[in-house]
Formats: sequence, structure tokens, C-alpha cells
Amino acid sequence: MEPDKPDKPAIQPPEEKPVAGVSLIERVRGDVKEDIDLLKDKVSKENIKEEIENLKDPTRTQLYKSMFRVKHEPTPRSRSLGVLTNVFLHLHPAKINRDAVRFSYTWGMGGITFYLFIVLTFTGILLMFYYHPSKGQAYQDILYLENDVPFGKLLRNMHRWGAHLMVITTWLHMFRVVMTGSYKTPREFNWAVGVVLLVLTLLLSFTGYLLPDDQLGFWAVTVGTNMARATPMLGAEGPFGPQAGMTQYNDVRFGLLGGSIVDANALLRSYIWHCIAIPVIVSVLLAVHFWRVRKDGGISGPAPVMLESEMRSPGARAVKQSVK
Amino acid sequence: MDWHQLWEIASAPDNVPIVAMLFLVPFFAWMGFRQARANDKLIDQLEADPQLAKTHHRKTWPWKPHWARELHVWPYLLRIEFLAVLIVTIILYVWSITLNAPLEEPANPNLTMNPSKAPWYFLGLQEMLVYFDPWIAGVVMPTLILVGLMVFPYVDSNPLGVGYYTWKQRKVAIGAFLIGFIMWISLIIIGTFIRGPGWVWFWPGQTWDHNVVLYEINRDLPDIFGITTQPWKGIFGGVVVLLFYVLSGLLIHWIILRSEFEKKIFQRTSLLQYMVFQFFAITVLISMPAKLLARQLFRIKYVWVTTWFNI
Ligand code: HEM
Repeated sequence: MEPDKPDKPAIQPPEEKPVAGVSLIERVRGDVKEDIDLLKDKVSKENIKEEIENLKDPTRTQLYKSMFRVKHEPTPRSRSLGVLTNVFLHLHPAKINRDAVRFSYTWGMGGITFYLFIVLTFTGILLMFYYHPSKGQAYQDILYLENDVPFGKLLRNMHRWGAHLMVITTWLHMFRVVMTGSYKTPREFNWAVGVVLLVLTLLLSFTGYLLPDDQLGFWAVTVGTNMARATPMLGAEGPFGPQAGMTQYNDVRFGLLGGSIVDANALLRSYIWHCIAIPVIVSVLLAVHFWRVRKDGGISGPAPVMLESEMRSPGARAVKQSVK
Repeated sequence: MDWHQLWEIASAPDNVPIVAMLFLVPFFAWMGFRQARANDKLIDQLEADPQLAKTHHRKTWPWKPHWARELHVWPYLLRIEFLAVLIVTIILYVWSITLNAPLEEPANPNLTMNPSKAPWYFLGLQEMLVYFDPWIAGVVMPTLILVGLMVFPYVDSNPLGVGYYTWKQRKVAIGAFLIGFIMWISLIIIGTFIRGPGWVWFWPGQTWDHNVVLYEINRDLPDIFGITTQPWKGIFGGVVVLLFYVLSGLLIHWIILRSEFEKKIFQRTSLLQYMVFQFFAITVLISMPAKLLARQLFRIKYVWVTTWFNI
């Protein structure tokens, strides 16, 4: 890309000014006149017209160029650079398989899941402005959100339903990956990353459930963490738990709740898992997930169908893999 | 038929997602299988005509030789992503304006909710608590499901069907996944629509009776055979479980090796891959419905009773 550089001014010899015979006043007057002429040029009709003309195409402004670095033109080069030189868009390659844009192939589910994660982060941060993770106050904060905060109810609803929707779209995304065989070599590892993302998505939803500190959340979390009591070796009531020295006060459930009952500590722990720890882990894993989608050769298809008769012998595959 | 009761369950705001799943999963399954059928037809055609196979572009979509194989992301993909974002945003807004997130009374440890249900996506686990002890339903099974999912790509040695929908070439993998997926959703549906107060089974449309008392007599399998003392109960149960694994394994083996194609795939599968596949198939996909049927049809509580654990 060639920025419009001004022509280099030709070096001119400094003008010889007659020194003698000119009074100070005249010199000042001459300077002022020169300055005013320059200003006049600036505000002249032609100049203003030209400037307005230039502003009409925002993509030619310095502001635009400083932000986007490339001209916005319908040429293959600009289109590619527009994607590749943008930090958000460069998750994408410059070009993709012509059939991959069909909704029927990916159902857009991975992308929609990611978008919902962003929506949840956004609405979640807004909710955090109004929420204290302490017993007594938490429930009041929800009532306040519901009744007094402008758009508070809408905010809470969007966060709630967005979370449910994200669970659904994650499942559908996984379903699509299975149906198109996209977990196969070389994408096995990315599938495993996906499974961890699935667990974290469910845990995000679950840790959020307790935060309103109402009956629904309280009993759901009570039921949920009661299962932890039964963990083999690590739970007070699990097989071999007592033999391993587990009691109500030191087992894995105690660790999860920060106590032996669902109370203030459990609320705080839920809050920190929900608002900080899990989102951070998810963000890191999403970076890995997207990176691997690219490194594994972009999304898997739609690929030309393979035939059974073209299947290489088992030996060939084993050799090929060991050579790689 | 108590329509009111049914409506009350289906319209509870937190149950709306599972009602939505009832439509979404069949819809997307239909969308996938429709494409699979079209591709399978094409595959048959190409297998039958090697000459065509050499020249065909091998997709069911139109193709002309002078067309570019690749498109620019800007604008062809980005505009679709933008549209998707717009549609999802609208759906979320409409949903959030029309339906309020539930808020119950403040948490009260002295007042038990009945039924006290987990969020819908965990109801499968909660429903499993009926059939297994908590350490299995709450800890071992979830772990096995996740590990099973993670090893899935490593035990699927079928090289065909990467990047296109097909059913014929991948019956075993897709079948296994679908059984698990449908089982999981069915358990959630049972947990949502059928379980009422006291986690008692109420058919959809049956009124929830909060005072219902059930006289269910559940027996352990060894007791039915008159074995009532340890260590014989433990030994008997162990033998039954072992038999269950062997028979299920043989059954699975028999089912999946029905065709020449599957036999070829089997030859590519290492013993380790196959054993791992069998282990997860039996433990996750077969034992769950087996225990469910044993309980619901024969009122059997435990199969294997030992001094330390019961299964
Ligand atoms: C937080 C949840 C997740 C997000 C945001 C996410 C996002 C994405 C996106 C944007 C893609 C690109 C293609 C597409 O849109 O389909 C993708 C691909 C993929 N995802 Fe996910 N994903 C998530 C969870 C999962 C899960 C649960 C699995 C599987 C267990 C998974 C496995 C994969 C695989 C194997 C690919 C490559 C697909 C291909 O090449 O066709 N992901 N993911």
C-alpha cells in the first residue's frame, strides 16, 4: 500500500531580501498581508469544496487509514488485506472453501456460540455493577435490578436466556461436528478442547444459578454439591471416603462450598468461579480452539466425498502417520 | 388428563429451553440426514461408475469448471456472520422481553423445595440418581461420559466421511453418538416432564400429588435368587456384572460387524482402540438403559452388593 506522500519540495535558494530602505512597519505589514493571504487561500471556495469532496469518501481520510491500514476497495488484494490486517477479523483466513459459507454445513453453530459468549460477557459485566456477592444483599440486588434499575429486568433476562441458549448451541455445534466427521485426524485434539469447553459452559451456567440466592438456586446447588459428597476416595460418604480420612469438614464438597453447608462462602466462591475464573479459562481455551481450527487447515469441509474403493490399506495409513 | 399441570411444567420459564430442544434437535438432525442421504446417493453413483468418479467434483452442489474454488471471507463470509449475529440478537431480545427469568423466595435452608430440581441441562444426572448410587450417577458417570467423548476421535479408525455428511460410511460412529445424545436428552425430558414431588414418576398430564406415598419394594438381584449373605452376594453380583460385560460386548461386536465395509474398518482398528470403544459403549451406552429397565420393569435396586459399594 502506497500512502499519498506529498511531493518533495524542491530546494530553493533563500530569497534575497532588500535590507536597506524598508522600514520596520512596512516589513510587519508585509508579513501580516502574507499570513492573511495564506488564510484566504485556506477558506477559499475551491479549497473548501475540495476538502469536502475528500471527506465524502471516508475511506480516504487519514483517520480511516490510521485505523484500518488498507484501502477499502473491491480488489482481491484489498479484500484479503482487510481481513488479514485486522486483529478481530484475522481469526479468519482471507479465503475459504466456496461451499463453507453455506448455512447447511456448519449451521453457524460454533460462531453463534462464540457470539453468545460475548453477549454474556457484556451483559454479565453490566450485572456486576449492581450485584454484591453477600448473603442478604445478593437477593436485594436482584430485586433492585428487576424493579428499579433502568432496563435491569431486560438485562437480567438477556443474561439468563443467553446462557440457556449457549448451552443449546454448544450441544448442536458438537452434534454438527460429529455428523460431518470433523473430529477426525488432524482435528482430534481440537475436539478434546471442545469437550472441555462444553464442561466449562455447563459449569458457567451452574455457578450462575446460585447467585440470585433464591430458593431455586439454593436447592439446585444443594442437590448438585450433595453428589460431590459421594465422590470415591474424596467424599465423606463416597466409597472408601471414610477410609481415606474424609469427613464433612475436609472433603471435596467442603472445598467446593467453602464450608459444610451452602452459605455465604459458597456464594462468594460461586461468584468468583462464575465471574472471573471460568470466563478466563474459557477465553484461553477459545483462543486455542480457534487457533487450532486454522492450523488444522480451516474448517473440515464441505469436502468432496471419498469412496470406499479409494480407502487405502490399513498399513498405508499407519506408515503415513508414523512418517509424519 | 390434566392439561393445566402439563402447561405449568412446559411453560415454566426455565423449562422453555428444553421445550425448544424438542424442536431444534429433530430439525437439525433432519437437516444433517437430508444432506447425508444426498451424499450417499452420490457416493453410490460414483462407486458404480469409476469413469464419472474421476471427473466429478464430488459434491451435491452445482459446480462449473470456471468457478473459483475459494471465496473471499470479506464480504462473503462476514456478511453471513453479520446476519447471524443480527438474528440471534433479535431472538434474544424478543425472548427476554416476553419472558422473565424466574426468581423464587430468598434461599431458605429450612424450607425444602419439592421437587427440588437441578437446572434442566443437569437433569439427566439427577435422573440417573434414581438408578445408581450418587458416586456413580454424580461422579463416575459424568467423568466417563466426558472421557468417552474425548477418546471418541481416537477410537474411530474409519478414514471416510471427513468434511461431509454421510450415514452409509459412518453408521457406527454416528449411531453410537446418537444413542448417547438421545439417551441424555430423554433423561432430561423424564426429569423435566415426568418427575414430580418426591421425584415420583407422574405421566405427562397426570396431576402432581404432593402427598403421594409410594410403596415401591425394590429388591437386590442376589436376593431374588435367594442369596442373602456376604460374601456370596458380592461374588454373585460380580459374576453377573462380568457376564453383562461379556454378553454386551459380543452383542455390540455382532451388531457392528454386519457388513463387509465394517469388517474392513475393523481390520484397521487396533486392539487397544477396540477395547476402549467397547468399554465406553458398554459402560455408558448400554448399562444406563439396562439399569433403567431393570428398575422400572423388575424393581431391581442393586445388581452387585458388596460391603464397600453397591451397583
Ligand atoms: C464454548 C463453546 C464453543 C465455541 C464458542 C466453539 C466455536 C467454534 C467455531 C467458531 C468453530 C468454527 C466452525 C464452526 O463454526 O462450526 C469451531 C469448530 C470446531 N469445534 Fe468448536 N466451539 C465450542 C465448543 C466445541 C465443542 C463442545 C466441541 C466438541 C466436543 C467442539 C469441536 C470443534 C471442532 C472439532 C471444530 C472443527 C470443525 C471443523 O473443522 O469442521 N467445539 N468451534
